[in-house]
Amino acid sequence: MSEEILKVEDLKTYFDVTKGLLSKKQIVKAVDGVSFTIYKNETFGLVGESGCGKSTLGRTIVKIYDPTGGKIEYKQKDITKIKGAELKQFRKSVQMIFQDPYASLNSRMTVGEIIREPMEIHHIYDTSEERDNRVRELLNIVGLKADHIRRYPHEFSGGQRQRIGIARTLALNPDFIVCDEPISALDVSIQAQVINLLEKIQKEMGISYLFIAHDLSMVKHISDRIGVMYLGNLVEVGPSDDVYHNPLHPYTKALLSAVPVPDPKLAKSKKRIVLEGELPSPINPPSGCRFRTRCPNATERCAKERPGMVQVGQRQVACFLYEK
Amino acid sequence: MMDENVKLTPDMFEKLPDSEKNNEQIAVEAKTYLQDAWNRFKKNKLALIGLVFLTIMILYAILGPILSQYSYDQQNLNLQHQLPSAAHWFGTDKFGRDIFVRVAYGARISLAIGFSAAAINLLIGITYGGIAGYFGGKVDMLMMRFVDIIYSMPDMLYVILIMLILGDNPFLAIIIGISITAWVNMARQVRTQVMTLKQQEFSLAAFVLGASRKRILFKHLIINCMGPIIVSVTLMVPSAIFTEAFLSFVGIGINAPQASWGTLANEARQLLERYPIETIWPLAAICLTMLSLNFIGDGLGDALDPKKK
Repeated sequence: MSEEILKVEDLKTYFDVTKGLLSKKQIVKAVDGVSFTIYKNETFGLVGESGCGKSTLGRTIVKIYDPTGGKIEYKQKDITKIKGAELKQFRKSVQMIFQDPYASLNSRMTVGEIIREPMEIHHIYDTSEERDNRVRELLNIVGLKADHIRRYPHEFSGGQRQRIGIARTLALNPDFIVCDEPISALDVSIQAQVINLLEKIQKEMGISYLFIAHDLSMVKHISDRIGVMYLGNLVEVGPSDDVYHNPLHPYTKALLSAVPVPDPKLAKSKKRIVLEGELPSPINPPSGCRFRTRCPNATERCAKERPGMVQVGQRQVACFLYEK
Repeated sequence: MMDENVKLTPDMFEKLPDSEKNNEQIAVEAKTYLQDAWNRFKKNKLALIGLVFLTIMILYAILGPILSQYSYDQQNLNLQHQLPSAAHWFGTDKFGRDIFVRVAYGARISLAIGFSAAAINLLIGITYGGIAGYFGGKVDMLMMRFVDIIYSMPDMLYVILIMLILGDNPFLAIIIGISITAWVNMARQVRTQVMTLKQQEFSLAAFVLGASRKRILFKHLIINCMGPIIVSVTLMVPSAIFTEAFLSFVGIGINAPQASWGTLANEARQLLERYPIETIWPLAAICLTMLSLNFIGDGLGDALDPKKK
């Protein structure tokens, strides 16, 4: 593949959730040692059940949260600790699309003000006339009408609001966008529209995506490569077709067996792997492999050691089963 | 998802006719924020009545003493305790002073105290509460403990102490005295609101866009808690008027012969049994002003929220 745009190495994001002054220190290890690379013009899908840390990972990458440890490289430059002008430059280049289109737009601002804001912050264009023209242009790109400029967000439907959110991120001409479950709050028919819009924008503007979702089939559709997360760890990374059709990690297998198949004949023949137990708490995760408490293939070794990433063909899997 | 075997080809689709392209058009004409707010405000009849009455009261306060032939301290001992007449619309008091002019003069002082105290509270309360709520953590902890200290002492104590220090300027003393404690409630309210709002995605979005803290705090967070803030400001005006009335009523407020609604009520109270009508004017002014401010506050809270149509 082409050059890398984002490289994450052993990234850790912990949150202190200690209550009161005297109680025992409690730390949520939301992201605990994740490494992966995203290449230019690529869509990297990130899946996992709720609470596995995928949104935290996305938010750490756009620097809403400060990482506890590890390194983030953007365009070959370490951005883990940047500040001031450098950070502002980074913000211009890396943007985020949010999950809930009802919460991600300020309800007291008109659509025009919302889309104009990033240009005001970064002093793009000198006159408000030029900015307004750009806003109209952006509204057109995302499939809204230029005369929506003076409307308020509550006058739009969920899908339209998500389009406004997309127009806002595009105002800065970013090279990399983190999409944090951008379609999970939308209806199915609208999901397809928004996905198509994201794909069209990618093709036209050459943007790379980190696409976070919990709907595997949607992620497979849009992504070039997929990463599967479980309890703060990445368990499998690989090209999306490979991961989807031939999962290696026991967790990925279980996750994929839960994807509904539209053909009833096929569905009958499909064996569903049902995982035992609950997702363990990230405050006190299991020792060794995080997945061992629910894994059908767990051995004694899994409790003692934490499996590293093993290269299998084009794929990486964090499981002892594939070690030679 | 779709079955892998179904192949979609371009000839299976047809182009949307031009006539259907405008389906997403919103028919209502776009208005500016203030026009919109005014339209919503107008629909609330009580709020409108309140606004009309408050306007009349303000005009009365400004024009009453100018247009009247009497002044607030002009005595006429031949005309003590007159009933309302063509010459003295509200009658006269124990020194024969015209009550119509004195109530208008009292309105000047009472309204000035009410509005300036509310404005100071608004300014300090929003800034202080906003900063505490937005930064959170240790900053918030320190700032709120300071608020707790102020809150733990009875506010009348401050007012009286400040009155003693600034005794020769009771008007200023009352405004400072009321403002020094009343912003605390506003600060707490703003802080709670800001704390919930800052977790919302629109505030995170502004952060990711690179907006400065000042911009996020004022353009995104505080503007979104403006509804409850406006309501509590309009409630603060009557509360300041009332505090002033109370202070004057117990005799430590505005000095005679100046008059506020509180001193007027107090003077009239002493002769309540013989001349009850003299108490009605200042009391009616206080009650009606407070009532209309409450109505206005209520209406503004709804009007400033674009989601409420």
